Amino acid sequence: MMSATSAMEVNAEARRILAVSISKLYASRTQRGGLRLHRSLLLSLVMRSARDIYHSSSRESEGQSGAQPAAEEPMDTSSSPGNHAGVSQAEPQPELISPEPAAEEPRSPEEPCESETIEDKENLSPARQSRKRRGKASVAPDFLPSKRARLEPGEERHAAPLGSCRVRAGESLAVLSLNRVIPAF
Amino acid sequence: ISGAVQGAGGDMQWCLSQAKGSLDDDVTEADIISTLEFNHTGELLATGDKGGRIVIFQQEIENKRQPQYRSEYNVYSTFQSHEPEFDYLKSLEIEEKINKIRWIPQKNAAHFLLSTNDKTIKLWKISERDKRPEGYNLKEEDGRYRDPSTVTSLRVPVFRPMDLMVEASPRKVFANAHTYHINSVSVNSDNETYLSADDLRINLWHLEITDRSFNIVDIKPANMEELTEVITAAEFHPHQCNTFVYSSSKGTIRMCDMRASALCDKHSKMFEEPEDPSNRSFFSEIISSISDVKFSHSGRYMMTRDYLSVKIWDLNMESKPVETYQVHEYLRSKLCSLYENDCIFDKFECCWNGNDSMVMTGSYNNFFRMFDRDHRWDVTLEASRENSKPFQVIKPRKVCAGGKRKKDEISVDSLDFNKKILHTAWHPQDSIIVVATTNNLYIFQDKMN
Repeated sequence: MMSATSAMEVNAEARRILAVSISKLYASRTQRGGLRLHRSLLLSLVMRSARDIYHSSSRESEGQSGAQPAAEEPMDTSSSPGNHAGVSQAEPQPELISPEPAAEEPRSPEEPCESETIEDKENLSPARQSRKRRGKASVAPDFLPSKRARLEPGEERHAAPLGSCRVRAGESLAVLSLNRVIPAF
Repeated sequence: ISGAVQGAGGDMQWCLSQAKGSLDDDVTEADIISTLEFNHTGELLATGDKGGRIVIFQQEIENKRQPQYRSEYNVYSTFQSHEPEFDYLKSLEIEEKINKIRWIPQKNAAHFLLSTNDKTIKLWKISERDKRPEGYNLKEEDGRYRDPSTVTSLRVPVFRPMDLMVEASPRKVFANAHTYHINSVSVNSDNETYLSADDLRINLWHLEITDRSFNIVDIKPANMEELTEVITAAEFHPHQCNTFVYSSSKGTIRMCDMRASALCDKHSKMFEEPEDPSNRSFFSEIISSISDVKFSHSGRYMMTRDYLSVKIWDLNMESKPVETYQVHEYLRSKLCSLYENDCIFDKFECCWNGNDSMVMTGSYNNFFRMFDRDHRWDVTLEASRENSKPFQVIKPRKVCAGGKRKKDEISVDSLDFNKKILHTAWHPQDSIIVVATTNNLYIFQDKMN
């Protein structure tokens, strides 16, 4: 069983790796040549390891310090802002690199959750179709295409659970559904 | 000189023969070398760069009789192979960077090679022209048409010598067969077919047919969220035209037999070494991803390169490699920093020497490593203009992993991770090696007293 200090160190390292990974994932969208499947897969594997270790080391350090208030329960996927405030007392703030854009950005075109109500843009009548990027209420960065990824024959769009798409700055990085990385293709 | 017996690695004395490329520290992105390949005789050396250009160097024949000058290579042909393209449907730019060049075994006076970027493979014909027809009836020598009324007699045009011109022309374009990024091409020993591999699929082509290819491996899951591994490299066996291998991001190599079925999703052999649990870290998966796979010339072995090591596999033993060589084990404790600066994603290649007794691969700080399989000997050398004068034997380098640094050693923290050697090549018949730094090419030869 890890000591409380080393569990905290591991926890902090896991958080840092998660933060670095998110910024890499975000940066890779602007790469020439498009998203690289191999790189995205490796990034998501690292993030998964880091997330798992983050969770298990959070539980370890919680187990060691029983005297701490219940508000510092390890975050779960349905965390509310209240939990985060509690946890931040015990652990250093995660250094999220540009969390706001990463959180707000709706991750189109691969996130179908917010666009279930939007029609398949590919099959709009010519009059309505426009090659210009559409403005979006939640600021999509300029360089991202607004069309959804073209499906291959036989593929289906899978509805994502609504909770997993948005990562607010205060929430745990672990909320990110890592599987979302891959369906871009 | 060609066919000379190559001595033990420990006896070899490598000398810098030539360094080609710009002297600037400032590197133009387009000039970054992205692939390197000798042809089957070693007479030609092809390089591809990020700008989509191919430069072919030719060994100077006159010098072959003088051993100390035998590795002089000069530019033979330069041409633009691929241009940047735009996929309008996916709003994606397709890079012109040349990912791989593979030579077709020579059948006539012309040379043929395959070059590929992320999406399109091209067959190029490189031919020499050293004669031209002169004495046309209707045209002047400069090409202008003569006034027909001035033509009073007829003559037969004759071929006269001219300055050698090397022409490269695209003979075939193999397009639109890959959804994902192409990482490998490999010419079959039947000299008629070749394979191309992307992250999830491998296609089989006929060199003469561009509008059709057969899909022979498809590892795409029905639901992409279940994706756990991608194809990283593929190669045909050098002698068995029905056999090929492909490596994965999980550190496995699958060997397939095309006679077994049309779709080779079921491997005939799977090579995998169980992971050492004591080495487990956040980055275990990344560093076990295989970046290159190469059959030995004999066809008995294959070599794989992952981030920290080179492994030699006997094709008859799937459970573990027969040899493992550590390239830069001192980096294992630095994986987190290498992840942050992206170096952990670098894809190093590896190569065999002509008689399969030695293997070579690159590292950082413009270092490259050679391993002598027969004598259990290895060396670290450096590709540097400052530290090597032409024809002077280059000194081995040593990295100090920790503790007291000896004189002439370099500490891990002083290594320059921007200076990486990803591509190396070994002459198929001679002890001549070529290593590519970011935008320079270094040619070394063994002194051979």
